[in-house]
Amino acid sequence: MRRRQIKILEEKFFVFLSAFMTYSLIVVLAFIILVIFVKGFNALNLDMILKTPEGGYYYGGEGGVLNAIMGSLYIAFGATLIAIFIGMPAALYINVQLIRYRRTQNTIRFFLDALWGIPSIVYGAFGFTLMLFFGMNASLLAGTITVALLISPIMVRTFDEVLSTIPKGLHEATLALGFTRTETAFKVMLKQGFSGFITAILLSFGRGIGDAASVLFTAGYTDNIPVNLDEPAATLPLAIFFQLGSPIPEVRERAFASAVILTVIILIISLGARYLSKRYSRTNLK
Amino acid sequence: MITSLVTILSLPLIIGVGLYLKAAPIFDQQSFYSLIFSSQWAPSKGEFGFWPFITGSLYVTLLSFLFTLPVCLLAAIYLTQFSSKKLIKVMHPVIDVLAGLPSVIYGVWGILIIVPFVSDYIAPIFNATSSGYSVLSGGIVLSIMCIPYVLNMLIEVFNTVPVGLREASLSLGATQWESAKHVVIRGNYPGIISAYGLGIAKAFGETIAVMMVVGNVVKVSFNPLEAAYPLPALIANNYGEMLSIPMYDAALMFAAFLLLVIILMFNMIFRYLIHKTKRQ
Repeated sequence: MRRRQIKILEEKFFVFLSAFMTYSLIVVLAFIILVIFVKGFNALNLDMILKTPEGGYYYGGEGGVLNAIMGSLYIAFGATLIAIFIGMPAALYINVQLIRYRRTQNTIRFFLDALWGIPSIVYGAFGFTLMLFFGMNASLLAGTITVALLISPIMVRTFDEVLSTIPKGLHEATLALGFTRTETAFKVMLKQGFSGFITAILLSFGRGIGDAASVLFTAGYTDNIPVNLDEPAATLPLAIFFQLGSPIPEVRERAFASAVILTVIILIISLGARYLSKRYSRTNLK
Repeated sequence: MITSLVTILSLPLIIGVGLYLKAAPIFDQQSFYSLIFSSQWAPSKGEFGFWPFITGSLYVTLLSFLFTLPVCLLAAIYLTQFSSKKLIKVMHPVIDVLAGLPSVIYGVWGILIIVPFVSDYIAPIFNATSSGYSVLSGGIVLSIMCIPYVLNMLIEVFNTVPVGLREASLSLGATQWESAKHVVIRGNYPGIISAYGLGIAKAFGETIAVMMVVGNVVKVSFNPLEAAYPLPALIANNYGEMLSIPMYDAALMFAAFLLLVIILMFNMIFRYLIHKTKRQ
């Protein structure tokens, strides 16, 4: 009888504890977002979003972080574009040309996953050596290329994950109808996996816009919005980081406001990815 | 199509070689052994001992691992074994958003909440004074960053357990928790270890968030309330001056190379284990 009681007690305790851990994750997320929003709301105004830093900005003067917002968007857009050109064909290749070679597919996936794990600071350092090698300065171009390298594996693996769920029968049917493999890849697989493609793009974009360590060496920092590829570009994460290091309270407040801007962008992207992937997978053949 | 695939797959090799070539000059000046195990850090005198940074990194990572361990394991069990379908639907976006928040946001949050918490509440418990910028703060912030990452993998691993096995265990009179303990956990050791291994690798390379809360002081200390200086933070903090001091850039590239090799190794080993368990 006693053993039974202990058993039930153990059951209750651990079910409660594990439920507690799970719910606490929701609480932590809400807490993080709440803290960022409450702290940043004071300093957040239209000037923050619509103006570049003016004279004396870093001593509490007028201005905003438009330079960083635009810089981040430029870099993330450019990098995502490059990553699409590298990543999309690579993912299609794995799932069309290599469809008969399971072992090779798995090995490639294994390497891509390992690649995903390389920290962004290493990409940053590598981008820096590359930059010196080509005799470039810290610039929009260097930053974009570094971020593109960082997000390419993410792009391939996310897209690939969706492509691999497409039924084999569809693939065989297209081949039976006389399609070449390339046609199958771009006309059928791309269409069927379009939801995955969108998710992959948004995920990579979100990662690209939020990453600080890779652009730290390569994109530089400036108060202007870059108009040329060889000009340095400010980025939002770095703007937060630098402003937070300031001893002046007003500037620190603005770091919190910039954090709100970045959080909102990330939330829009990640919820948008969810919505779009649902919407585009509705018309898929099952 | 194949060119783009080959480009991506050869990336780690290119990065490795590139960083190694940049780091190579430092080997002429100092032996590999003294680079890693010496605590003498004086770039202007040409002394580069990475020991304080390596221990700092290891220590922060270890602490974050200790916090991640119970939370992830229990939450993953709850989500795959006990919870309702509805909660799983809610948790998916929660985990995704947590994983998607940029590290600089975690850093800001750490400075706002964790750092004062450590200096005002945790330190007095041990009769110590601490600025709050400490290994402990770094560990807490890191663990929250790693939780969604590890949790996702654990859920994936636990979902591979056949339902029949669990039902068999329940029908023999085991409670829910007992069958989770004996069937889900015991049967999945390789998967669980790999998920945590990958979490550790991620924590080891995390830069900005840690750098913002960990204090960045060069010393070897095992007091979690004191500041430390992890390897990635070292690279990130000194990129500006590294070209003005001779050999400094080679030393920092060596640090990046070290990070790359360690993390790639971790990833290879544990990814391999995960791929193996998935195929079974």
